[in-house]
Amino acid sequence: MILAELKPIEEILSYLGGAERVLLVGCHGCVTVCGAGGQKEVDLLADTLELALKARSQTIKIGKRTLERQCDAEFLTEMLQEAKQFDVILSLACGAGVQLVAEKAGSLRVLPALNTTSIGVAEQKGQWGERCQACGDCKLPLTGGICPVTRCSKSLLNGPCGGSSQGLCEIGNGTPCGWQLIIDRLEATGCLDQYETILEPADWSSARDGGPRKLIREDLK
Amino acid sequence: MSPVKSNLQAVLQAGKFAVTAEAGPPRGVRPEVLRDKARILKGWVDACNVTDNQTSVVRLCSLAACKILQDEGQETVMQMVCRDRNRIAAQSDILGAAALGIHNLLCLSGDHQVFGDHPQAKNVFDIDSIQLLNIATRMRDESKFAGGKDIDGAPDLFIGASANPFADPFKIQVPRLAKKVAAGAQFIQTQSIFDLEKFKEWMNGVRDRGLHEQTAILAGITPIKSLRMAEYMATNVAGMDVPDAILERMRGVDKKEQKQEGIKIAVETIQQLREVEGVRGIHIMAIEWEEAVPEIVQQAGLVRG
Repeated sequence: MILAELKPIEEILSYLGGAERVLLVGCHGCVTVCGAGGQKEVDLLADTLELALKARSQTIKIGKRTLERQCDAEFLTEMLQEAKQFDVILSLACGAGVQLVAEKAGSLRVLPALNTTSIGVAEQKGQWGERCQACGDCKLPLTGGICPVTRCSKSLLNGPCGGSSQGLCEIGNGTPCGWQLIIDRLEATGCLDQYETILEPADWSSARDGGPRKLIREDLK
Repeated sequence: MSPVKSNLQAVLQAGKFAVTAEAGPPRGVRPEVLRDKARILKGWVDACNVTDNQTSVVRLCSLAACKILQDEGQETVMQMVCRDRNRIAAQSDILGAAALGIHNLLCLSGDHQVFGDHPQAKNVFDIDSIQLLNIATRMRDESKFAGGKDIDGAPDLFIGASANPFADPFKIQVPRLAKKVAAGAQFIQTQSIFDLEKFKEWMNGVRDRGLHEQTAILAGITPIKSLRMAEYMATNVAGMDVPDAILERMRGVDKKEQKQEGIKIAVETIQQLREVEGVRGIHIMAIEWEEAVPEIVQQAGLVRG
């Protein structure tokens, strides 16, 4: 899923400026699962904004709505109608959702309430970790199903750097060494000999480096 | 065969025990800092490594520093990390260096930028150190750029890499060296060795695969300047192995004599390393302490000439 977290409230307030009518829009997709932008978080953010502005003797009219998905225009129509009564849309979707809303919102300002952080998985209750950088050329068959581009802090394709120590990466914060994970996995699956194949420089043109990417499926058009 | 352009390569090809040392460029534009280092090291080492924004701290660039040192008559090894340059910049710098007479290249991944004074920076890592080795080797041997086009005047290079026998996972460190050799590493400079037993264990694995005959291994030496430095390296530097016995030894001497003790340990380590089959030289990393190099070389009986 796409992972995101709430921006600091002071930052959100600084973007809102003097807006008096704000429509908070949540998303039932990924950001609900990672507890950043679902119905519950919309309610919580509405209360927080009201309190913060009350403390500054400002009043604000807050509208609330949570959509099936913000990354699909078909779910935006009703919300955009309602939004005409507001000065600003404050979206609690991931960066993709915020942008689609902004594309469709005409003259209305659309602001993000979240920072989108990564594509990842739930590691345990209340903890998520990054797993994919969407490079567009999946190397998982070569590395035991663990991504060196994502899990190695330097995206090294041919093995651990000299900073791997006791399973941890040199950058600290308890970050596991991605290559330790890969080696362990290759060994567990009886494929450790794969390690000695030299991986050629990646073709990053399928990644963001090739410009904004587009996915076209003629069969689905 | 035409004579090689690298003195370091010539020394190793002649079967001599090589000595290299490290010189860090300054954090400013003063070339005299480098000229002073050249004066200290000249005559004592076969080549001098110039670090490339080591620990992700901005310094005068390796290429320019190499040129300044070589103008003083000190051959250099240009270190190049993959953190700050993509394959376009890397190849461009290799051409520039070779055109200026810098013929030794050490290919490294580079410390993560989180260690330096610009942790906000974006890192590059378009390629890794093994891919950089491969690219540089092809530039020299096939006169080809990484993209496949011909080079108009290929660089003459002696190409090296690093190895850290003390990093984890240990079982991958010999295969990792094998990859570097296969990618073109003609010489290897290792991480600083304090734990000789572990180094010897790694060298056993290296010899089992005959890698010591395919690449020249220069064993890394760092003279310890103080007990504080030893403790710092033991606890704060990932991939560095400073055994308790070394720390105990430093604790046992008066603060004023710690520098001398550090040099003594370095010299003793070199003497033991010379006995290890497959060690073809040493690489002294006297961090901001280049004055220690002549003393170590002399005491270790490795005077050049």
